[in-house]
Amino acid sequence: MNITIRIPSPLRRFTEQAAQIELNANTVGEALMALNAQYPDLQTQLMDEQGKLRNFVNIFHNKIDIKQLQGMESTLDEGSELRIVPAIAGGKK
Amino acid sequence: MSPSLTPSELSRYSRHIMLPEMGVEGQQALKAASVLIVGAGGLGSPLCLYLAAAGIGTLGIIDNDTVDETNLQRQILYNMDDIGLSKVDCATSRLRKLNPYINIQPYHTALSSQNALDIIQPYDLVIDGTDNFPTRYLVNDACVLLNKPNVYGSIFRFEGQATVFNYSKGPCYRCLYPAPPPPGLVPSCAEGGVLGILPAIIASIQATEAIKIITGIGTTLTGRLLIYEALDMKFDELTIVRDQHCCLCGEQPTIKGLTNYQQFCGIADTPIDVTYGEIASQELKTLIDTNTAPTIIDVREPYEREICHIEGSQHIPMQQISNHLQEFDPNQELLFYCKLGGRSAKVCQLFTDNGYQRVTNLKGGIMAWANEIDTTLTQY
Repeated sequence: MNITIRIPSPLRRFTEQAAQIELNANTVGEALMALNAQYPDLQTQLMDEQGKLRNFVNIFHNKIDIKQLQGMESTLDEGSELRIVPAIAGGKK
Repeated sequence: MSPSLTPSELSRYSRHIMLPEMGVEGQQALKAASVLIVGAGGLGSPLCLYLAAAGIGTLGIIDNDTVDETNLQRQILYNMDDIGLSKVDCATSRLRKLNPYINIQPYHTALSSQNALDIIQPYDLVIDGTDNFPTRYLVNDACVLLNKPNVYGSIFRFEGQATVFNYSKGPCYRCLYPAPPPPGLVPSCAEGGVLGILPAIIASIQATEAIKIITGIGTTLTGRLLIYEALDMKFDELTIVRDQHCCLCGEQPTIKGLTNYQQFCGIADTPIDVTYGEIASQELKTLIDTNTAPTIIDVREPYEREICHIEGSQHIPMQQISNHLQEFDPNQELLFYCKLGGRSAKVCQLFTDNGYQRVTNLKGGIMAWANEIDTTLTQY
């Protein structure tokens, strides 16, 4: 399936400033593996040592949190959009 | 019983009152309401102005910071005369002039595990306008423990997030993000920059949500995380749900009180052992004066160097430093500095991790140098 992954600005320094990446994958897990292969520095930002998604990163498939779907096993459709949403804290300073 | 509105108030709020959804009843609800704004900065400025103008009966404002010139790019509550003064004092005096019909309750302190429950308890609703993870988790936890809605907003560079936590069976911040990123992984606005207008957009959304919750009109953002991207001018909403296993608001919560949020966010109360040296500005001055100074390297961005720099220093921006590692002799004495000492500390760590033994960080960065040694330098 051809899908799109949207990269938030805090993580774009790991994707050569790309805001959107198109790739081919059948599940969320496959898509992240392909993304990490393309941008290896991104891997430690998104995954812990056990390969689990970090606690301060959420992935949404077509606007639904993958935790409400089948997590990394969630299947993708042609044209699916994955969105990486990390915690950001700014506001005051 | 809702407080009645005086003729002056009926006139002042007439554009609200003529909205059929709002009416006199809605305006009375605003007058009866109490809202605590945590942080009087980028988000807090428009929040204070709009909620005071809207006639929220009691507006609490908590912040322990003073106004700095770099705030004025986006913190529209303040002006040049306020530089160096307490934000909460400036906010209070400005808002009292804007709307004398409401009560402003200033708190000249930082929200902490010790004071949060007492401060939040009397309020109907809390608005999170903070700038750091420890306070965000503290605000969230205190709101869940006291059962108060938490109107959330956060900004970074050109992007913002907003939602309502702990309201109407919706999720809390911990349902969305059970743990914060380790320190240093996500740059702060002070390091990463922020478009000055961005907080106005996000704060206006937060203020709208607060008014909707108080008056009971419309559909709130609970269960929806709104993402705003200024560069593409896109608003997106993502579905978020309460996590039944959430350690705070789930079915079997393990958190029953406030904790140490600095520790939870991985920020040590006491300095951790570092593998590089640190010297103060005065010590560096002595080394320079006696011709025994190490090679001094400025790791800030080019525009920062144009504002001020230490005479005789080299310049390699932090983002490029790893490409220059090989250029230095491992026995060479190196001193790194940035604005405040944080970024240069990371560079020192990188060098010591790569076998460089004689690496030193300038404590307090060039701002300490500008304060203590060369007061002709422009501070920023």
